[in-house]
Amino acid sequence: MIDIKKIRSDFPILSRKINGKDLVYFDNAATSQTPKQVIDVIVDYYTRLNSNIHRGVHKLSQEATDAYEKARVKIQKHFNVAKSCQIIFTAGTTESINLVASGYSKFLKSDDELIISALEHHSNIVPWQMLCEKTGAILKVIPMSLDGTLDMNTFYNLLSSKTKLVFVNHVSNALGTVNPIEDIIIKAHEYGAKVLVDGAQACPHIKPDLQALDVDFYVTSAHKLCGPTGVGMLYGKLELLKSLPPYQGGGEMISTVTFEKTTYADLPHKFEAGTPNIAGGIAFGAALDYMNSIGFDNIAEYENELLNYATNALKKIDGIKIYGEVKNKTAVISFNIKGIHPYDIGSILDQLGIAVRTGHHCAQPIMDFFAIPGTVRASFSFYNTFVEIDRFVEAVNKAATMLK
Amino acid sequence: MNSIKAIQDEIIEEFSLFEDWMQRYEYMIELGKSLPLINNDYKTDKYIIKGCQSKVWVHANLDGDKLKFTADSDAIITKGIIAILIRVFSDQNPKDILEADTDFIDKIGLKEHLSPTRANGLVSMVKQIKMYAVVFQTQFN
Repeated sequence: MIDIKKIRSDFPILSRKINGKDLVYFDNAATSQTPKQVIDVIVDYYTRLNSNIHRGVHKLSQEATDAYEKARVKIQKHFNVAKSCQIIFTAGTTESINLVASGYSKFLKSDDELIISALEHHSNIVPWQMLCEKTGAILKVIPMSLDGTLDMNTFYNLLSSKTKLVFVNHVSNALGTVNPIEDIIIKAHEYGAKVLVDGAQACPHIKPDLQALDVDFYVTSAHKLCGPTGVGMLYGKLELLKSLPPYQGGGEMISTVTFEKTTYADLPHKFEAGTPNIAGGIAFGAALDYMNSIGFDNIAEYENELLNYATNALKKIDGIKIYGEVKNKTAVISFNIKGIHPYDIGSILDQLGIAVRTGHHCAQPIMDFFAIPGTVRASFSFYNTFVEIDRFVEAVNKAATMLK
Repeated sequence: MNSIKAIQDEIIEEFSLFEDWMQRYEYMIELGKSLPLINNDYKTDKYIIKGCQSKVWVHANLDGDKLKFTADSDAIITKGIIAILIRVFSDQNPKDILEADTDFIDKIGLKEHLSPTRANGLVSMVKQIKMYAVVFQTQFN
């Protein structure tokens, strides 16, 4: 069970007024809000611990290093990973993907094939296109069906001995569809291909067991699961991380440096050049603690109730079309109202204190597939309420009346 | 034709009669719906400004020593603001257009629509209007 009153009191921003009205924050798929338990950790870091890590002999450096490494272990445990050195701190999902894409240029030759899904965010498309341009490898696409699910039969047919890598998001950011990554991983492995899963949209709702999934790379960002912006992680299988070349050169990632030759540090430091986002890393750990204290089963159950309640209410609106209505989806509703541009709806909702996302959600291929300029996307979190959904539905009705 | 400043003051006065945001937005939606803003021949990729959110088309031509603008958008509120911008900037000298600012948008409570983060194409549209003014002014000199 969710104690919604207690939870809402943890998030200071939820008591803000927007245009004189109580804020309704339904843009959680873009970024989640931060509870005071996480804010306090950031304040505490700069108040008591601030120093550079992994190098000072002094007390502050020791304590900061301990806190940072403890956070890495928290992340390791959360995702059920065998060793903490398999968790690489990055600036977020986008950097994690670029790190792998950049390193993989070493292993690819022309005519090798990479498979991507049609449901991807731009950050899981562009780095691979760049990699293909560099290596001559070919990018193949798993198409999407009208209901927003992946066409798995086509995927099976795309797989061959030429396939080297498959990338797919765990959950689609534009539609909320949960993709069958278990099946994708098993089938890709039959052909010796590796799989990278983008978990940015999944991790706020699902607690994945990375060993059980047998996934090769898994990436996510902290800011979508109650953590701060500018920090995220890359998980990789040990032998893969060992074989990937470093991404950036600098301090911390080296073992010895002479002008003739540099030897690189062991994992995870090989991929963590320079001074990292120390407070961010520690707060990432605190955010996972917070989410786990509520419990992912409770979160999923409650968010699913919110989703069903909102879907049923929205469906009563004349001319509404919801995109991606599958059974297995997270608490995201992407929709349009016939004859009305999503930007116009978003603008009216903003006047009413309601934050949603409008536009193509950095997933232009999906919008092209539906032949629409974009959608209005409402995405819910465990701190949202049924009363907020009532206000939202009322506001959408009002916008529709004004704009028709 | 009134000066740009006079038209801006006129618009500010009109908007001051509205009691709340609803009336402002309803007026803009009316503007957006009622005006045929651009010849369909110009609604092509050559004249498009692609915002992340909405698309805007802008066309300019010279009529004597005045610049005339026509424009359109796929979003109605964006189109309403375009109608206001055209009322201000169309049928003016390139020199006056270059010297004018868009502060009046703040005063009529629509500032957020001219913010770059909105990515609705309007900021680029104002830039485009100024660019046309630069080009046509050079022709005069």
